[in-house]
Amino acid sequence: MLKDNILKVVDIKKSFAGVQALKGVSMEIKAGEVHCLAGENGSGKSTLIKIISGVYTPDSGEIHFGDKVYERLTPIESIRNGVQVIYQDFSIFPNLSVMENLAFNQELANKRRLVNRKRMRQIAEEAVAKINFDIDLDAKVGSLSVANKQLVAICRALMFDAKLIIMDEPTTALTRKEVDALFRIILDLKKQGIATLFVSHKLDEVFEISERFTILRSGEKVITGDTSELDNKKFTYYMTGREFEEEPFVPKNVSEEPVLTVENLGMNGFFKDISFSLHKGEILGITGLLGSGRTELALALFGLQQADTGTITIEGKPVKLNTPQDAIKNGIGYVPEDRLTEGLHLPLSIGENTIAAELDKLSNKLGVFDEEKKKQEINRWVKELAIATPDPNNACSTLSGGNQQRVVLAKWLARDLKVLILNGPTVGVDIGSKYDIHQILRGLAEQGLGIIIISDDIPEIITNCSRIMIMKNGRISAELSAEEADEQTLTRYMM
Amino acid sequence: MNNRFFKDLTKRNEFYIFLVIIVMGVLIELRSGQFFTPNNIVDLLSALIVPGMFALGAFMVIVSGGVDVSFPALASLSMYATTRILLDVNYQGGVWLPILMSLAFGAILGAFNGVLIATFKLPPMIVTLGTSSVFRGIMQGVLNSKQLAVIPKGMSSFGTAALFVAENPQSGLTSRMPVAFLALVIVLIIVYFFLNHTMYGRGLYAIGGNEVSAHRAGFNVWLIKFLLYVGVGMISALAGMIRASMMTQAHPTNMLGMEMMVIAGVVLGGTAITGGAGTLTGCMLGTILIVMVENSLILLGVPTFWQSFFLGVLIIAGMGISALQVTRASKAKGSVVREVKQ
Repeated sequence: MLKDNILKVVDIKKSFAGVQALKGVSMEIKAGEVHCLAGENGSGKSTLIKIISGVYTPDSGEIHFGDKVYERLTPIESIRNGVQVIYQDFSIFPNLSVMENLAFNQELANKRRLVNRKRMRQIAEEAVAKINFDIDLDAKVGSLSVANKQLVAICRALMFDAKLIIMDEPTTALTRKEVDALFRIILDLKKQGIATLFVSHKLDEVFEISERFTILRSGEKVITGDTSELDNKKFTYYMTGREFEEEPFVPKNVSEEPVLTVENLGMNGFFKDISFSLHKGEILGITGLLGSGRTELALALFGLQQADTGTITIEGKPVKLNTPQDAIKNGIGYVPEDRLTEGLHLPLSIGENTIAAELDKLSNKLGVFDEEKKKQEINRWVKELAIATPDPNNACSTLSGGNQQRVVLAKWLARDLKVLILNGPTVGVDIGSKYDIHQILRGLAEQGLGIIIISDDIPEIITNCSRIMIMKNGRISAELSAEEADEQTLTRYMM
Repeated sequence: MNNRFFKDLTKRNEFYIFLVIIVMGVLIELRSGQFFTPNNIVDLLSALIVPGMFALGAFMVIVSGGVDVSFPALASLSMYATTRILLDVNYQGGVWLPILMSLAFGAILGAFNGVLIATFKLPPMIVTLGTSSVFRGIMQGVLNSKQLAVIPKGMSSFGTAALFVAENPQSGLTSRMPVAFLALVIVLIIVYFFLNHTMYGRGLYAIGGNEVSAHRAGFNVWLIKFLLYVGVGMISALAGMIRASMMTQAHPTNMLGMEMMVIAGVVLGGTAITGGAGTLTGCMLGTILIVMVENSLILLGVPTFWQSFFLGVLIIAGMGISALQVTRASKAKGSVVREVKQ
């Protein structure tokens, strides 16, 4: 054997309160390999990671590090065996300096009681040198970009003679350039013999970086293999157990007159000279890099921020959108980028969330709810959008990302909309739900809704939009029809 | 280099508080000619002792991401219980025993806060509101507290002992600098060392920044929090004892209500109420400003009942400046819109 397994888990089972999260999963990781762990939300990825890092104790099964076999593992033992986890929140202290963030773990592991800044600086310098990370050690971590915060977390992980670094969905908040930089680091670590377990459900990333992959579905391992033998279709099938074929969207019911016309819209410092129109039945895609003004444009169209110049016309009637209430009154709905904090009341029930935008319609003149009507309305939407829940009275936080997104949609569809604006509709949503959401949007367009999708997921834009507008530095750099659009062209106009 | 130093300086709350203190001092001086006189300065420092010690405790709690409103009640109870017991046994010795006793009471009562907050993970604000009421209840019910006009001799002679006497050359007024000022200096040095040079102290900042991360990094979060409330209890009880000694009487209720003014001073000095950020310099400057407003407005010819008005204005202005800085910082990053994060 040239490459030894550094980690092997055998027949791991784990259940929580009667729900079997892992049903006997085995996998192995070789020294210095980049291994991708994929699976939809709820497939057991996080549970498996937590078992490897010693946070959870498995109900049965074994964990092997070389010759050492564990039935139960503590976090410290896991670290001693060279496992380091980089959590999605990076586990950093935003209020402290880079130096302290880097040095704390080691100082604590060495049971230091007094602070020695000279020694801490030395530790930090050694840590950043490992990946040639050029950073001001005295900067506060909170002031760094997401990518740099992640690098701080990686440097910290490397200080413990790591043999395996587990990265939990490391690319979600990174720009493309930052992802490239991260991948270079992973390859660099590989050269040093450090393996990476890369958790992701984005298939392009899986293809790009990993040599081998393991896919979990509903707590079971579906397959382990070489990435070279994997293709798009197989990947999706293994992940979801379903086969999808997404045809490009062809609008059928396009209205003569535009439902929304925007002329010379501008907001100081964010965007300028934006003109376009949207017809009923169309899906218009707006894409651009982070900071191109796409999000601000969406916020202006929904009255969350005010444009300084230009006009917005709805069905031939000029409108002023100073508040979201104005926008709603004019038939505009908005599904925000960050649905968790902006679009949903997580602790409230699924039912309450679906009807949140039409409360006025469900109450009588005195403002008292018609409970019967409310119940009917809730049931109608849960059914119509196939929200997977045993009970609409459960809290929204119990749903998976895809289902939460459906609740946000339901909330808006409950009103009679003319225009629906979606910002990053499938960010953090797994493939199956993503497909379902796209189908729902297409159906809505066919029923005569004008839809705007703002997204930096280029394949999503190309297959689902009939027209595509590209923004760059706050201006429209190109408008393409779906037929003219391909990834290269779009990327060229974005950069 | 110099330029950068100045730029950094103007970004800091401490700098502005310092400016405000100077401006106010000059105003009072111009108006009354009595601010920059030796006896007035000594009076101010003397008035700073008790609020200053309270502020050090409140500062540490706020840095850890909590808030403590029970310290005046805790200080009153420790002070009163000590004084009562010593009077009952007709104690004639020096000040060391009263100080040690009140420290012990403070530690026990602080541990009570600590267990509720660190072990049972209850919200500090609610816990300390509750214990504040409990401490007051014990004092007024169990101990049947009333004002004690006489306190043990050791205490009163400590409270009135002077390091030196400052005299105003014009008016001939004199002010004594109490020996107790040394206690503030000593506590300040200990807290400074603790916060900046021990892992426990850095742990407080780490917990205030992100408690989950602190746990994962290997900080003993429970122990740090528990010891924090024990320590704050001891500092507060010591402050209570000094207050009684300086007044040469034990008044059970006249410290109650100081919590808002003390916390205001700490926050005014740039300590983030959300935890994790703040400096001792800022904490002390903020407290000095509050004490100045309380003590010196009268020299400006402002009637005393305007004090609370000015305190309020200061707090709002202080919070406003830091809020403004946050907005400016995020605007400087190019966008007021938050980026996608999940």
